[in-house]
Amino acid sequence: MDVTLLSRIQFAMTIGFHYLYPPLSIGLGVVLVVMEGLYLRTRLPVYQQMTRFWVRVFGLTFALGVATGIVMEFEFGTNWASYSRFVGDVFGSALAAEGIFAFFLESGFLALLLFGWDKVGPRLHFFATLMVCLGAHFSAIWIVVANSWMQTPAGFRIAEHSLGPRAEVTDFWAMVFNPSTVERLTHTVLGAWQAGAFLVVSVSAYYLLKGTFEEFARRSLRVGAGLALVASIGSLATGHLGAEGVSRNQPAKLAAMEAHYPASAPADLYVFGWVDEAKERVYGVAVPGMLSWMLHGDANAPVTGLLAFAPEDRPPVQLVFQSYHLMIAIGMGLVGLSLAGAFYAARRGARPPRWLLRLSVISVLGPQIANQAGWMTAEAGRQPWIVYGLMRTSEGVSRAVSADAVVFSLVLFTLIYTLLFALFLFLLNAKITHGPLAEDLAASPKRA
Amino acid sequence: MDIDLNTIWFLLVGTLLAGYAVLDGFDLGVGILHLFVDRDEERRLFINAIGPVWDGNEVWLVTGGGALFAAFPAVYAGVFSGFYPAMILLLFALIFRAVAIEFRSKQPMIWWRRTWDVSFSAASFLGSFLMGVAFGNVIRGIPLDGRGEYLGGFLALLNPYALLTGLTTVALFAMHGSIYLVLKTEGPVQARVRGWVNDAIIVFVVCYATTTMATLLYLPHMGEQFKARPWTFVLPVATMLAIANVPREIFHRREWRAFLSSCAAVFGLMGLVGFGMYPNLVRGTDPSTSLSIYNAASSDGTLTTMLIIAGIGIPLVLAYTISIYWIFRGKVKLDSMSY
Repeated sequence: MDVTLLSRIQFAMTIGFHYLYPPLSIGLGVVLVVMEGLYLRTRLPVYQQMTRFWVRVFGLTFALGVATGIVMEFEFGTNWASYSRFVGDVFGSALAAEGIFAFFLESGFLALLLFGWDKVGPRLHFFATLMVCLGAHFSAIWIVVANSWMQTPAGFRIAEHSLGPRAEVTDFWAMVFNPSTVERLTHTVLGAWQAGAFLVVSVSAYYLLKGTFEEFARRSLRVGAGLALVASIGSLATGHLGAEGVSRNQPAKLAAMEAHYPASAPADLYVFGWVDEAKERVYGVAVPGMLSWMLHGDANAPVTGLLAFAPEDRPPVQLVFQSYHLMIAIGMGLVGLSLAGAFYAARRGARPPRWLLRLSVISVLGPQIANQAGWMTAEAGRQPWIVYGLMRTSEGVSRAVSADAVVFSLVLFTLIYTLLFALFLFLLNAKITHGPLAEDLAASPKRA
Repeated sequence: MDIDLNTIWFLLVGTLLAGYAVLDGFDLGVGILHLFVDRDEERRLFINAIGPVWDGNEVWLVTGGGALFAAFPAVYAGVFSGFYPAMILLLFALIFRAVAIEFRSKQPMIWWRRTWDVSFSAASFLGSFLMGVAFGNVIRGIPLDGRGEYLGGFLALLNPYALLTGLTTVALFAMHGSIYLVLKTEGPVQARVRGWVNDAIIVFVVCYATTTMATLLYLPHMGEQFKARPWTFVLPVATMLAIANVPREIFHRREWRAFLSSCAAVFGLMGLVGFGMYPNLVRGTDPSTSLSIYNAASSDGTLTTMLIIAGIGIPLVLAYTISIYWIFRGKVKLDSMSY
């Protein structure tokens, strides 16, 4: 196998594994702010217990996020050196800004969040929680800015330099707010909120089914389900805006998402299907003209298809089509589940039925799979470009690195990440089965 | 040395990396020394001594990497891809260290805790060693082509000089870590750690003197900046005095001052390396291929924008860092939220 393909597999694997954790940090960050805010307002001990329990879960996910995140910060240099030289002026700035504005804020206040209960008063502790949550969101902002620039580059020029041509920033704000930043950022953050919210929903529903930690579970469920509802509906809305943006900015990606081949014709919207890339057609269930209608308000409006692009400029169709449709299906399912939950919550006193609780327990997988599938759509859909329209992925790879070296690192990453994932699940499961601690109901010295 | 934009960025990236060495240096050092105590409670004290701060300390490396990418992308790309296997091993060491700290005390089984104790210590050792090796090679000079691509192999990185700087880094961090532990512990544990400090200083000084001799003998280019400006000889002398001051402060039980003195020594050493290298960032075996703060830099526009970002960010960063260290000052105590 060649270095480019190996490096792509390694990057996809390391970022995919890393991306299990930051969405949980972002989503749980919001959950913690709500829970601790409720504690400060009501002073009910159960809210303190909830905050402390979810802080411990947060600590675990955060540690794995940090451990796997360092890899990402270095991997552009190790595996994508030519890319790094070409875009360092632009992309490096966003990454450095993430370090300065997000990571220091997060890690500094995380110390207070985890270990500061007896060191500072409740208001300052709440402030720390708020800052950790804010830091996690800043991190999302800068990384999505950097990634969006790769999707829709703006605010730069190509300049000759002694070590070769490269992109240089000409307009910083145009680079930051490039055409896809806002819609992709909102969609990413809402997906992260779903990841955190559905984890809380899942664990709470599990306790309710087992009939343990009743009060803790009911109140946690309410916080989790509320956020889940907002985030799920928001995801749907921003997802729609995002698809419109893709149709304007990256028509080849949009065509691959729906496997729309004709160069210019009205396009259908598939519910599910299978792409036959050789015959350039799809077998599946589609709503005729629906994609045209959603994008242009007219079922007969033409949509640019894959045949409008040279074969070497087309993304991998099957992969993009399937991951996109998987994301949509899960997204719809999560909206349905959230609405069902809201229906029972609105009828005061009505306990959610057991089937709904059982579904809620497995719902934690939904956002995780959908987040992975969404990124797969975004990144595989950008291919064959590493910077859309400017630099091909094969041109961005490190020239000093041999295929053997990447095989070595890829095998090691696979082994280590499999081990880490097993350990993470083991420890998370241990925390959940152990449940909230009774001692957390008692106020700590500074709180008395 | 004219103070232009590129030089300012040399100082900023240098400060981030020196800040990293000062801060993560002591927690890597605590990791290197971790297996020298064997009771579970002592090991927990060690880990919790760095508990609230190790993660923030590591951010200095991440941000240093980001700043290098933004300001000197050719160095970021050339060194990281050129030293590929070493960088990957360094990343594995950092991963294992982070998860070992987090996982270790979460389960009571003896085999579980032993495994993570060994991972924590071995990863701290390996991480420090590899960073030292990388620095040694960048100082010594590596074969580069005219476009900043590394031309050598992995084994060429393991030359005697780089191995020596690797060991010196381990010794430096172990010394720094032992002094931090004196600051954070009390009672019998502290008495034990206090006994280590002098030994750690001796080991370090031997490594440091050997490295200095090797540098002056084999790498005369590292002395040129100092020769050109004789007053800068103050720098190495001040660094040595800072190291010599540590045993004195420990003897007088002024632990905080001993630690600050050690921080000054680590910072001074990084300053010596930086000053010797200036204006190069990576020396080429053929000096005309060296990556310097001029040919490896981003555009002036980006350096200026990034300077504004740093101007806003760095005061905030210093404010949080100082506040966190202030809030968690004093001796480490174990409680229900501890590791």
